[in-house]
Amino acid sequence: MSRFIERQPIWSLVILLAIALFTWLIFAVWPPGLEDAIGRKKVFLSAVFNGITLGGLYFLVASGFTLIFGLMRNVNLAHGSLYLFGGYVGYGISAATGSWILAFVVAFVVVAAIGILLQFLVFRRMEGQDLRQTMVTIGLSIVFADLMLWAFGGDFYQIQTPAWLIGPVQLPLMTAMKSSGEAVFLQYPLVRLVIFCGSVVIGVLMWLALNRTRVGMIVRAGVDDREILAATGVHIQLVFVLVFALGAGLAGIAGVVGGTFQSISPGEDTRFLLASLVVVIVGGMGSIPGAALGALIIGLAEQLGSVYIPTYAIVVTFLIMVLVLALRPQGLLARR
Amino acid sequence: MRSVGFAALTALLLSGTASAQEKIRVGVTATLEGTYTVLGEDGMRGHVTAVNVLGKKIGDKELEFVVASTDATPDSAVRAVRKLIEQDKVQILLSPLSGDEGIAVKNFAKTHPELTFVNAASGAQETTYVDPAPNFFRYNMDGAQWQVGLGKYAYETKGYRKIATVGEDYSFIYTQVFGLALEFCGLGGKITSRQWVPLGTKDFASVIAALPDDVDAIYLGLGGADAVNFLNQYQQAGGKAHLMGGSIMIDQTILSSKGNAKNALIGTIAASGQADTWEDPRWQKFVKAYQDSFPPEKRFPSPSLLATNYYGSTMALILALREVNGDLSNNQAKLKEALAKIEIDAPNGKIKLDSNRQAIGTNFVTEVVDDGKGALFSKVVKVIPDVNQTLGYDPATFAKIGLPSRTVPECKKY
Repeated sequence: MSRFIERQPIWSLVILLAIALFTWLIFAVWPPGLEDAIGRKKVFLSAVFNGITLGGLYFLVASGFTLIFGLMRNVNLAHGSLYLFGGYVGYGISAATGSWILAFVVAFVVVAAIGILLQFLVFRRMEGQDLRQTMVTIGLSIVFADLMLWAFGGDFYQIQTPAWLIGPVQLPLMTAMKSSGEAVFLQYPLVRLVIFCGSVVIGVLMWLALNRTRVGMIVRAGVDDREILAATGVHIQLVFVLVFALGAGLAGIAGVVGGTFQSISPGEDTRFLLASLVVVIVGGMGSIPGAALGALIIGLAEQLGSVYIPTYAIVVTFLIMVLVLALRPQGLLARR
Repeated sequence: MRSVGFAALTALLLSGTASAQEKIRVGVTATLEGTYTVLGEDGMRGHVTAVNVLGKKIGDKELEFVVASTDATPDSAVRAVRKLIEQDKVQILLSPLSGDEGIAVKNFAKTHPELTFVNAASGAQETTYVDPAPNFFRYNMDGAQWQVGLGKYAYETKGYRKIATVGEDYSFIYTQVFGLALEFCGLGGKITSRQWVPLGTKDFASVIAALPDDVDAIYLGLGGADAVNFLNQYQQAGGKAHLMGGSIMIDQTILSSKGNAKNALIGTIAASGQADTWEDPRWQKFVKAYQDSFPPEKRFPSPSLLATNYYGSTMALILALREVNGDLSNNQAKLKEALAKIEIDAPNGKIKLDSNRQAIGTNFVTEVVDDGKGALFSKVVKVIPDVNQTLGYDPATFAKIGLPSRTVPECKKY
């Protein structure tokens, strides 16, 4: 951090000012002139929160993607299919048992098992051949998409939000001041906050597991140099399978999340594959903190874009990707 | 869809050898993919009901239907229609379902002047109002006709003065808001904001947050999965405003959706080409036929607007074909003439065509009620007969308003 400030004093100042402005926008009561210029504070605050919570969902999908890439150098383009399948499994479980929590558990287990199968039956046979693996995953994603269309149809599925999560909560953030001097606070859907907290917890757990445990140490060593790690006697294939299962399972959980606050249908697989590709390109391939930062940036860009420049909202995310590729092609938080 | 095409191909090969009876091949498209899947499925139910009721025989010939799927985008509709014509060799088209598709198929119809196109359910104004195709016939009203009566009811009976609209960003919803705005603003009401969201929007949270607080009601011009997503997230956000609905928003496709988010719609006022609880015997007979054609779990409690439209267009086509005894010679000239002149006794009132081959029909103002057992229905408030495409305006005045778009019409009296 301090080295970055020493090397890039001007950029540091710009970033610091931007953060200060953003904080002021969130906490201050807006003066009337500003409301006239860019709309009500409630709209801005909601868009920011929506961006952050959407970023949470993107992080869940992208973290598995980036983890698999980091360790195995395998760009798994069937990751979106795993997301969609997780959503369908979650819907089936929640419709059959009425339990939302159970949907997460089962989706994680089932999709992780598919991940294990994929690693065993497909990727192990073509280890180290990046291009071949990529082509195979594209093929698989098309096959999976058609199989799921066959099994579940073109309909939209929505996972029922449990009753205790329906409705808004009041956040301690002022959106306006009534003429009587009474403050108006932001009302925000509880389910999105819970889901966001869930993804933060998962992110922190992953970080702890990677940086504080023996298995994490092995994975990190594998990211740096697989051959040497294997030479020290670690059973690398087992590590690969575990990581693939975890990454796939996370995509399955993300599918349940996506089915709860949005909905799942054919086509969502490519949408989320694209989103996670953009997220990891912006954040840096193979980096978990990078995936978190990338997801946050893309989520915010989408939501703020959809409010302030609705016509061009879709372009914004790709503009960010182009900028990152032009200025820092390895990604914002890549290690190498 | 490949299997349908394959089945059709097999049928074609077989028909040459096995059966001597002549077939009339009709291509049908519906949105069986994407946001409007549920609408397409129920449209097909209406089509099947019509075939069940009226039968497939045309004199000594028999009708044969080939179905193709679209996803509400214009290019998917043109692709499906082209495939039906070129691969399946259909002679008549019953297509399409959605607004933008309608405009594209109408333009495509001009490149095949020898064939006949009967609109299935699409309701954009431009389709038949601007440069209509001589071989394109529409037996349902357009989105603006379907909103007749709503503005007046909202202003005079409900006392709404200021409203905001949220709609999907395409031609049919533009046409709906057009119809609403002309009437509501003409009486002195104000539309303070119009939000447009892309078809297939998932995340409505920011849209919901941007809804103004200081309006009497919010008009929702959404359909299919978009409407369900919106209602779900509206409920999660704790929204409580009065609502008004477009014709595919207050419709069985939404009122019968799973979950309890739809309960926000109870009491919502709307207008459409039908009302679920209409007492008219023709309507009741149609509802019965629809219910008898499918087991309860494979249909809605009562037909949606799409089922009604598909029923009406299939009915018009079959009756016209019978009138000319299935004669498709001379580029189907006799059929086209019969279609232009026919007056059908549709379930939702009498329908006849104007000089642009656009329906003049009956419109309904409705209010959503709970039947006491958890099912929601649209209850008739007012029935308005003989609604034409210029909404009763003098054609010259109407032309000056401009074509429906994000900002047209302005909120004023024309």
